[in-house]
Amino acid sequence: MASTRRKRLLTTLRGHAGAVAALGILVLLTAGSGRVAAADYVVRDYAIPEPLTATPGDPQRGAAIVVDRARGNCLSCHAVPVDADFFGTTGPTLAAVGARLNAAQLRLRLVDPKVINPMTMMPAYFKTEGLYRVAPEYAGKPILSAQEIEDVVAFLLTLK
Amino acid sequence: MRAPQPVRRVLVAAAAGVACFASAAEDIDWGPYEVDGRRSGYTYAAAETRAIQDDDFENGGLLWVEKGAELWETAHGADGASCQGCHGDAAESMRGVGARYPVYAAEREKLINLEQRINQCRTERMGAEAWRWESEPLLAMTTYLRHQSRGMAVSPVIDGPAAPFFEQGKAFYTKRRGQLDLACIHCHEMNSGNMLRAQRLSQGMSNGFPTYRLKWQGVGSLHRRIRGCNEDVRAETYAPGSDEYVNVELYLAWRARGLPVETPAVRN
Ligand code: HEC
Ligand code: HEC
Ligand code: HEC
Repeated sequence: MASTRRKRLLTTLRGHAGAVAALGILVLLTAGSGRVAAADYVVRDYAIPEPLTATPGDPQRGAAIVVDRARGNCLSCHAVPVDADFFGTTGPTLAAVGARLNAAQLRLRLVDPKVINPMTMMPAYFKTEGLYRVAPEYAGKPILSAQEIEDVVAFLLTLK
Repeated sequence: MRAPQPVRRVLVAAAAGVACFASAAEDIDWGPYEVDGRRSGYTYAAAETRAIQDDDFENGGLLWVEKGAELWETAHGADGASCQGCHGDAAESMRGVGARYPVYAAEREKLINLEQRINQCRTERMGAEAWRWESEPLLAMTTYLRHQSRGMAVSPVIDGPAAPFFEQGKAFYTKRRGQLDLACIHCHEMNSGNMLRAQRLSQGMSNGFPTYRLKWQGVGSLHRRIRGCNEDVRAETYAPGSDEYVNVELYLAWRARGLPVETPAVRN
């Protein structure tokens, strides 16, 4: 579908100034804090074609995020071809996912998978709106930063 | 003092001999632990864990039952009354109570669960202070009382004045929450039997509570468990004993209807 959706989202500004500039995004600083900005990304054909940051994703950092329980924690639901004792089975294996999906598709899958499947169990990793009763220590923060999303996308693309 | 009875369920002992693979699970006759597709957490537990539950000498939860039995006989509070003084033998007077709670309490115009009923007797009928949530005496008494219904079918009343609270509990159960944006149904209905990393997801049944958790090395309440499941999705929790948790407790009891009270169950 050629429908273009624009999504506003809050993301941590710290370290993402380059990304924000690259996307030509309107930056709204909340008075005083200087931490939170509203940014736009464009969803087209069930994908996000433009990277969220100017710095290219790093597959090695991405691999570490995927395994890390406090960040990606992807292994809680997915089998992934990495060295680990346990893998979840609620999601499909991510083996060869880089051959099935391109960077733009993977980016949307991570940023907001409910656009693809409203019923999905997979969390939106780069979303702060439309959530209910987020614990105070996580409120207003996406699970991963824009750069971490790019790193994970770069890692997933190595799975062929 | 009632001595723990070594109970061996023949059916279960047979089932425990079968390896616990997801594929094998479908072929197992779980006896009373499965009713119309509703399965106790017992049927998702590892064989070693089930064996501990089946043996009252191994089951650490029985210590809480013993402690509860002592508290039952002991005088508390300004009035010098004991539970036994008014209620007599718990094996008779409390049999079946744990199988139907939580219930609608007209005087409160809302639901009341077993912990709250115990504290109601303490504060209103004994001149004693309420036991703190998750305190040892409250856990022991709740475990002791619910143990009096062990083996009886969970049978909550969800109609009449309980109906609106049941509906609220159901809404709670199906509502996505937290930074991970998950509802109870995602894990306990859509994915029971699947692995969440190293943990095998069950149907999230409440029939074994208070439950002895190997991880806790002790007995914990249902509300502690629900709060843990809220925390795991990075959601803001409610206080144990809150109306929200008591309402979802009724919904969970309805989900577990027909399953046997297992208190104290043993889980990972
Ligand atoms: C709570 C469970 C859960 C977590 C955590 C999770 N996913 Fe998923 N994921 C799923 C499910 C379920 C699907 C299947 C499709 C659907 O439901 O939309 C899926 C689908 C996917 C897909 C699409 C696969 C395909 O073949 O189309 C990718 C890629 C993916 N996940 C990557 C990840 C990565 C990377 C992470 C960690 C940053 C992650 N997931 C974390 C549950 C999860
Ligand atoms: C992210 C997945 C997840 C979600 C969402 C979740 N739980 Fe759980 N829950 C678990 C895991 C893992 C366990 C331990 C293994 C098992 O019994 O499933 C568990 C256990 C339980 C148990 C104990 C089962 C037993 O046999 O002892 C109950 C009761 C329960 N959950 C209730 C809930 C309720 C109510 C909700 C919604 C507020 C909820 N859970 C949401 C993962 C989840
Ligand atoms: C002074 C007498 C008295 C004492 C002492 C007392 N209770 Fe009660 N209890 C009652 C009465 C009266 C009721 C209400 C009976 C009814 O409504 O049918 C009741 C109800 C209950 C119920 C609900 C039973 C049901 O069928 O719903 C429980 C559980 C209970 N008591 C537990 C205890 C415990 C535990 C103690 C000790 C900590 C205790 N009680 C001490 C008088 C007492």
